[in-house]
Amino acid sequence: MIRSRLTAQRLAFLFLLGCFFFNYPLLSVFNRGGDFFGMPPLYAWLMGSWLALIAQMAWVVESRGD
Amino acid sequence: MSHRILIVDDEPNIVISLEYLMKKEGFQVAVATDGETALQLASEFVPDLILLDVMMPKKSGFEVCQALRAAPELVATKIIMLTAKGRETEVTKGLALGADVYITKPFSTKDLVLQIKSLLG
Amino acid sequence: MLQSWVIVLASFFYLGILFAIAWYADRRADTGRSLIANPVVYSLSLGVYCTTWTFYGSVGRAAASGIGFLPIYLGPTLLFALAGFILHKMIRVAKANRITSIADFVASRYGKSQLLGGLVTVIAVVGVIPYIALQLKAVSNSFAILASYPDIIMPAKAGAVPIFQDSALYVAMILAAFTILFGTRHLDATERHEGMVAAIAVESMVKLAAFLAVGIFVVWGMHDGAGDIFAQAAAVPEVARRLTTADSPAAYGTWGTLIFLSLFASLLLPRQFQIAVVENVDESHLRRAVWMFPLYLFLINLFVLPVALAGMLHFPGAGVDADTFVLTLPMAHQQEGLALFVYIGGLSAATGMVIVETIALSTMVCNDLVMPALLRLPMLGLATRADLSGLLLEIRRWAIAVILGLGYLYFRVAGEAYALVSIGLISFAAVAQFAPVVIGGLFWKGGTRDGALAGLAGGFVLWAYTLLLPSFAKSGWLPDGFIAHGLFGIEFLRPQHLFGLTGLDEITHCLVWSLLVNLGAYIGVSLQRVPNLREARQATLFVGGAEAAGIPGWRGSAGVTDLLPLAGRFLGLERAHEAFARHARQRGLRGIEELPPDTRLVNFAETLLAGAIGSASARAMVASVVTEEPLGIDEVMNILDEASQVRAYTRELEQKSLELTRATAELREANARLQQLDRMKDDFISTVTHELRTPLTSIRAFSEMLQEDPKIDLAQRARFLGIIVSEAVRLSRLINQILDLAKLESGRAEWTVTAVDVAEVIREAAESLTVLFAEKHVALDLDACEDGLIVLADRDRLMQVMVNLLSNALKFVPADSGRVRVGLAALCVPEIPLRGQVTPQEVRVSVTDNGPGIQAEDQDVIFDKFRQGAGTADVLTDKPQGTGLGLPISRQIIEYFNGRLWVESTPGAGACFVFALPRQAGDNDASKSTGGVP
Repeated sequence: MIRSRLTAQRLAFLFLLGCFFFNYPLLSVFNRGGDFFGMPPLYAWLMGSWLALIAQMAWVVESRGD
Repeated sequence: MSHRILIVDDEPNIVISLEYLMKKEGFQVAVATDGETALQLASEFVPDLILLDVMMPKKSGFEVCQALRAAPELVATKIIMLTAKGRETEVTKGLALGADVYITKPFSTKDLVLQIKSLLG
Repeated sequence: MLQSWVIVLASFFYLGILFAIAWYADRRADTGRSLIANPVVYSLSLGVYCTTWTFYGSVGRAAASGIGFLPIYLGPTLLFALAGFILHKMIRVAKANRITSIADFVASRYGKSQLLGGLVTVIAVVGVIPYIALQLKAVSNSFAILASYPDIIMPAKAGAVPIFQDSALYVAMILAAFTILFGTRHLDATERHEGMVAAIAVESMVKLAAFLAVGIFVVWGMHDGAGDIFAQAAAVPEVARRLTTADSPAAYGTWGTLIFLSLFASLLLPRQFQIAVVENVDESHLRRAVWMFPLYLFLINLFVLPVALAGMLHFPGAGVDADTFVLTLPMAHQQEGLALFVYIGGLSAATGMVIVETIALSTMVCNDLVMPALLRLPMLGLATRADLSGLLLEIRRWAIAVILGLGYLYFRVAGEAYALVSIGLISFAAVAQFAPVVIGGLFWKGGTRDGALAGLAGGFVLWAYTLLLPSFAKSGWLPDGFIAHGLFGIEFLRPQHLFGLTGLDEITHCLVWSLLVNLGAYIGVSLQRVPNLREARQATLFVGGAEAAGIPGWRGSAGVTDLLPLAGRFLGLERAHEAFARHARQRGLRGIEELPPDTRLVNFAETLLAGAIGSASARAMVASVVTEEPLGIDEVMNILDEASQVRAYTRELEQKSLELTRATAELREANARLQQLDRMKDDFISTVTHELRTPLTSIRAFSEMLQEDPKIDLAQRARFLGIIVSEAVRLSRLINQILDLAKLESGRAEWTVTAVDVAEVIREAAESLTVLFAEKHVALDLDACEDGLIVLADRDRLMQVMVNLLSNALKFVPADSGRVRVGLAALCVPEIPLRGQVTPQEVRVSVTDNGPGIQAEDQDVIFDKFRQGAGTADVLTDKPQGTGLGLPISRQIIEYFNGRLWVESTPGAGACFVFALPRQAGDNDASKSTGGVP
C-alpha cells in the first residue's frame, strides 16, 4: 500500500511533473522533424520521459527509506 | 407663680383640648400652630414646659426641639413630645434631640397631667 | 493451413485453457490458498484496460495521426501517480462498505439511493455498449481476415452480411456463454471473482506477448531495427507526416483532453473499477501496481508507431485498413504461426474486456436496476421468498446476454462509421460523467443525492446528444439532418457545434459541454440544501476514509433470528450461516446463537448483503426487519453538520447570555422595586397610623375630659361633643377610603361601566357640594360644560373623583374671594392612539382654583399615597376634612378607564386639576357631531 503521506505526496509531485512532460507547451518543443538517435524527437521524448516517470514512480513506492 | 406652658400643634381640636386641660390645672398657656411660630413664641414667652407635636407645617417637631435646645435661655425648659408617630426609631430620635418625655397620641389626659406636674416638680 | 476450422479450434482451445485457469484459481480460493493474492497478478489484471482497441486500434490511430494514440495510456499512468490520493482511498472505502460496482459506489456515497444506483447503471450500460460492439467488430474482422489467408482481403461491411452469416453474432453468443460460465457460477458475498482475475492476468500476458512478438518481427524481422523504419518513413512524405503531430492549439487541446479522459476512464469504466477496486485482494498490492501497470502500458505501446509506419510503407494506398496491420503484416510475410498468435492475442484482449465488463455491468443491472424494481413489486412476492440466490444468478445471466446482444446491435447499426478508437472514446466520454460524483464524493462532504442525480442526468443527456446520437446518424440509422442544421433546424442546437462552439473535435466538444453541465448541476443542486442524515453519514464514511467506519449506521436492532434468514435468502442459507458464524467468532462468541441483537450485528448483516445485492437494496432489505428507533431527521441532520452545529451553538449561547443579562436586569429592577415598595409600605402604614391616631387623640382627650369633669358648663360640653362627633366622622371616612384604595389596588373593586354623560356627572357633584361652597362663600363656575360628551366609565366612581377634586379645590381657596371653575372639552389627540378607541378623541375635565398652588416638585407627589406624609407636611394634607387619600384614589379610578389625571399649577396662581378620558362616540354625539370627528 501507499506507505505514508510522504510517498503519496512524492507520487503527486510526479503526477504534476507528468502533466508537464506530456502536454503543451513542452510537447511543441519536440514536435518537429529530424531525428534523435534514429528516432523522431517527439516519439523519443514521449517514450523516454514516460519510461523515466515510471522508473521514478517505482523508485518512490518501492524504496523503504521513508 | 403659675408655670407657663407652650402648646405646639397644628390640629385645632387637639389644641383646644390641651389648652382646656392646662388652663384647668392653672397654668399660663400660649399656643402655636406651626414650628416657626413655636420658636418665636418660645423665646418671647420663655415657657417652663413645651408640649410639642412632631408632624407640623413649616418645621417639624424634631427641628423645633433641636433649635430650642440650642437656645441658652431655654435650658431649663422641659419638652414633652406629643406625637401620633409611635415607632421606636422616632421615640429614640426625639429623646436624643433633647425631649424630656415622649408621649404617643392618643394619650390619657390623666397621665399627661401627671407627667407635666412631675416634670415641673 | 489457416482454414476457418483451425482458427475456430484454436479459439476454443484458448478459451478452454482460460476456463481451466479460472476453475483452478476458484478451487484454490475456496481452499484459502489464493492464486491471485499477488501484486503482480493484480498489476497484470489491470491490463484489462488494453482491449482490442489497443491491440488493433492503436496502430490504426498511429497510422492516422502519428503519436496521437499515446494520450490514452499516459492518462492512466498519471492516475496511478495519484494512487495515494484517489485509488487508495477508493479501495479502502469500497472494502469498508462492501461496494460491488461503480453504481453501488455512487449510490452508497449519496445515502444509498436506489434511484442514483439505477441512473449510474443506465449510463454505464448505454455508455459501454459501443465499446463492447468494438470488441465484437475486432474479433469478427480479425477472424475473417485470418480465414482468407493467404489473401489479404478486408471483411465486408458490417450489416451487409445476412445476420446468420455474420461471424460477429456468433462471437457475441460464444462470449456471452463463456462469460456466463465464468462469472455467474455461484454467488459470492463479496462479489469477487478470483478465477476471472486469474484468467484476465493470463490474458494480459498473452496479448502483451503477441503484440511484442509482432513488434519484434516487424522491427527486426522485416526491417533493420526501428531506426531503419523511421528512416524509410522519413523518405516517404505521406508517411513522414506521422513522425510529428499536428502543431495547432486545437491539436494540443485534443491531446490534453484525451489524457484527462483516459485518466478518468481507467478508474471509472465498470471493468476498471471492478478489477482495480472490487477485485483488489489486498490494498498493499496497489504499491506494486503503481509502476507495474504503467510499465505494462509502456511495453504494449512500444512498437505501435514502428508497426504503423511499417504498415503504411508496406501497404501504400488505402487497400488495407490500418486497424489490421498487426495481423496483416505477419500474414503478408507468410508468418502463419505469428498471425495465429496475433489473432489469439486479439481474442484475448477482446474476451478479457467483454468478460470483466459484462460481469461488472450485469452486477450493476441486477443489484441496482432489476432487484430494486422486483422487490418493489408486491405481486411477485419476492420480499417474502425464502431463497433468492438462484434468482439473482438468473438475472445476472440474462443481463450478460442482453448486454452482449445490445453490443451486437450497436455493431450492426453504427459499427462501420467509426474507427475502433473513436468508438472507444464515445464510451470514455460516457464514463467520464461519473468523475464529478465519484471524485467529488470522495473529497467533498457537501454533495447530496439530488446534486448527484442532477449532475449525472445533465451530463448524460448532453453526452447522448453531442456524441451518441451523431454516431447513429453518421451510420445512417437516424436522419443526419440534425447534425448539419441542428435540432428543429436551430443552428445553435447543432449537436457537434452546440451553442456555436466550434474548432474542437467532437470528443472535446462533448466533454466541455457535458462536464460543464454535470459539474455545475452537481455542485449547484447539492448546495441547495444541507445533506440529510443518511447522506451526511455516508459522506463521513467516504470522505473521512475507513477510519470513520465506526459510526453506527443503524439506530435500531434486530436479532439473528431475523437477519440470518434474510441474508440466507440472497446468499443461500449455508453461506449466510458460515458468514454469521465467522462474525460470531470474530467477536469472541462461541456460536451464532450468542450474537446479541445490536447495532453491530445489523451493520454486519447489511454489509454482508451489500456484497450480494448492492448497498441500496441491502439497506432496504435490512430496514424491513430492523425496528429502527424513530429519528428526528432534521434535528440529527443539524447535529451532524458540524458547521451549523457550531453556529447554532454560538447563537444559542449568545441568546442565552442575552436572556440572562435581561433577566438579571429585570431581577435587579424587581428587587429594587420590592425594596422601594417595602419602604413605601412602611411609610404608608406609619402615615395611616398617624392619620388614624390624630382624630382618635381628639376623641379620647375630649371624652376623658367630659368623663372626669361633670361640672363643665353646657355650652362647653356641647362644643366638646360636637368635636368628638366630627372627629369620629373623619375617622370613619378615613377608614372607608383606606379600604377603598386597598380594593382598587388589588383589583377587587366592582365596576359598573356604562356610557356616561360627563356634564351630568359634573353638575351632580357640584350640587352635592353646593352647601359647602356656600358656607365658605366660594364661587363655583360650571358654565363651560356642554352636554353630550360621552365616556365609558362607572358613574359613581366618576362622581367620586369629581367630588374629590371639587372639595380639594374648596379646601385650598381662600374664603369669600375663592373661585373654582370647572371646564369640559373634547380634544382631538391623534398622536395618542388610545387602546380600543375608534375615535382618537378624549374628553377633558378641568377643575381650576385660585388657591396657593402647588410647588413643581410636589405636583407628582400629591398623587402618591405612599409618599404623602412626613416630608410633605406643607403640601396638601387636606386637614382636617381630608384624608390625603383622595387624589391617589381618583387617579386609580381615572387610569382604570384608560384616562389620565394630572395637575398644572404655578405656585401662588392657583392649581388646575385635569383628567382626560377617551371619548366614546355615543348616540348624542353622533347627532351633535360637527363632521370633523371621524
